[in-house]
Amino acid sequence: MTAALQFRNLTLGYDRHPAVHHLTGTVADGVLLAVIGPNGAGKSTLLKGIVGVLRPLDGAIERAQIRKRDIAYLPQIAEIDRSFPITVYDLVAMGLWRRAGLFGGISRRERDEIEKAISAVGLEGFEGRTIGTLSGGQMQRALFARLLLQDAQLILLDEPFTSLDAKTISDLLDLIHRWHRERRTILIVLHDLDLARTQFPETLLLAREAVAWGRTQDVLTAENLLKARQMCEAFDRHAEVCETDAA
Amino acid sequence: MYDFLIAPFVEFEFMRRALVGAFALALGGAPVGVFLMLRRMSLTGDAMAHAILPGAAVGFLVSGLSLFAMTVGGIVAGFTVALGAGLVARSTELKEDASLAAFYLVSLALGVLIVSLKGSNIDLLHVLFGSVLALDDATLILIAGIATISLLTLAILWRPLVLECVDPNFLRSVSGAGAPTHLAFLALMVLNLVGAFHGLGTLLAVGLMMLPAAAARFWAKDLTSMIVIAVAVAVVSGVVGLLVSYHSGAAAGPAIILVAGVFYVVSVVLGPVGGLRRHFVPGRHLEA
Repeated sequence: MTAALQFRNLTLGYDRHPAVHHLTGTVADGVLLAVIGPNGAGKSTLLKGIVGVLRPLDGAIERAQIRKRDIAYLPQIAEIDRSFPITVYDLVAMGLWRRAGLFGGISRRERDEIEKAISAVGLEGFEGRTIGTLSGGQMQRALFARLLLQDAQLILLDEPFTSLDAKTISDLLDLIHRWHRERRTILIVLHDLDLARTQFPETLLLAREAVAWGRTQDVLTAENLLKARQMCEAFDRHAEVCETDAA
Repeated sequence: MYDFLIAPFVEFEFMRRALVGAFALALGGAPVGVFLMLRRMSLTGDAMAHAILPGAAVGFLVSGLSLFAMTVGGIVAGFTVALGAGLVARSTELKEDASLAAFYLVSLALGVLIVSLKGSNIDLLHVLFGSVLALDDATLILIAGIATISLLTLAILWRPLVLECVDPNFLRSVSGAGAPTHLAFLALMVLNLVGAFHGLGTLLAVGLMMLPAAAARFWAKDLTSMIVIAVAVAVVSGVVGLLVSYHSGAAAGPAIILVAGVFYVVSVVLGPVGGLRRHFVPGRHLEA
């Protein structure tokens, strides 16, 4: 199996303080991987590193097959300005950025695709609504429609199910499994252990360092979860310079 | 009716020039103002307008009331403050609003000081409140040129600019256009302020940018109509303001801004999108 992503002794962080510390491992092509860990474990940071928003402090992320344009990234919802007067249709249409770019027109076929994506997430009739009028779940559906249009090889989802109801979660899970069947590589940050156990075959348990990585039932053991909680100590303002070398 | 509305413009060339100038300022400035408002940068625009003053004042000191010198000086000062305030905000603990306030207070004081060194009080009034009734050819061409550049640039940058406002992280993940777009937008803001400076002076330059934008917010739900309404409000403010000034003898610049202010107040009270009327007279609820 080829590798979609390889982390080589990867350290990511803010202002020299590591949030992900000496992570090494391989994300296989086409895998559906849950990333689990306590708050502050570096899960979101890892996704930002993969997208390239954050540069590694040390080590490297290799994505040989995957170009930057093949990555779709859904950050935590709070980072979107929902007071901006833009319609659901336009928000979803942004998923075509790679094809349309700065000036490219949107053809009739692409309009069909936009409409199909909107109905795939169950938002028919909402096209003309501004995003400020959507509920949390509807907003997340709209963002999934945008992801559908991005048609990406590597999909990164940062806590996509936070504060959603069961129906919405199950609809969105269907989409995720559809992507999985289409052999796309998916990394999804989660807090819900039961969801990970039932829906995601592989898990990375992260607490700055990788506590465990592999088949979900082997990773999410009581022992490992305890270890994860203990490893994630508080931020130390006077931390020494880390001398650990490549593992 | 004709005497009241049309005759002043037919009879007097300075009124026609003022009208053209006000239209150009409205066309270029109002759309920029809408984006400033939506990016929560309304006060940034105000601060930047003051920040232009010392540059224009240095131009004035060197070569008197010369259009070229004051324009170049204003643009240079505007960019310096925009980039300087951004730099201070990013590399120190001070937030951007505080650093802008610091920069513009210093700039305003410095500008008034420089003008008063050489010029008379009339010059100072001209610099502070503009002279929309005394626009010469060169100034009109400058203002119209700025309006043209603004509209073209906004047309080109539309997509990344909107995306940068709504979801900057998404833009960053699909394209490197974010930072250049932001810089180009700041440049547009400075250009429009310099243009408005000639017509309305440093203290009122943002008036035709922000008041129509703020008023339009209460009438439109989507961006395109918001911009169209803002431009319309700005244009009508220009016409009505000039007429009020002509018939009453009041200063033209402040009259234009006050008319825009009236539009704003009316919009706050009556506007269907989040206006006070909806707040106090909500009407009966709908079925779904």
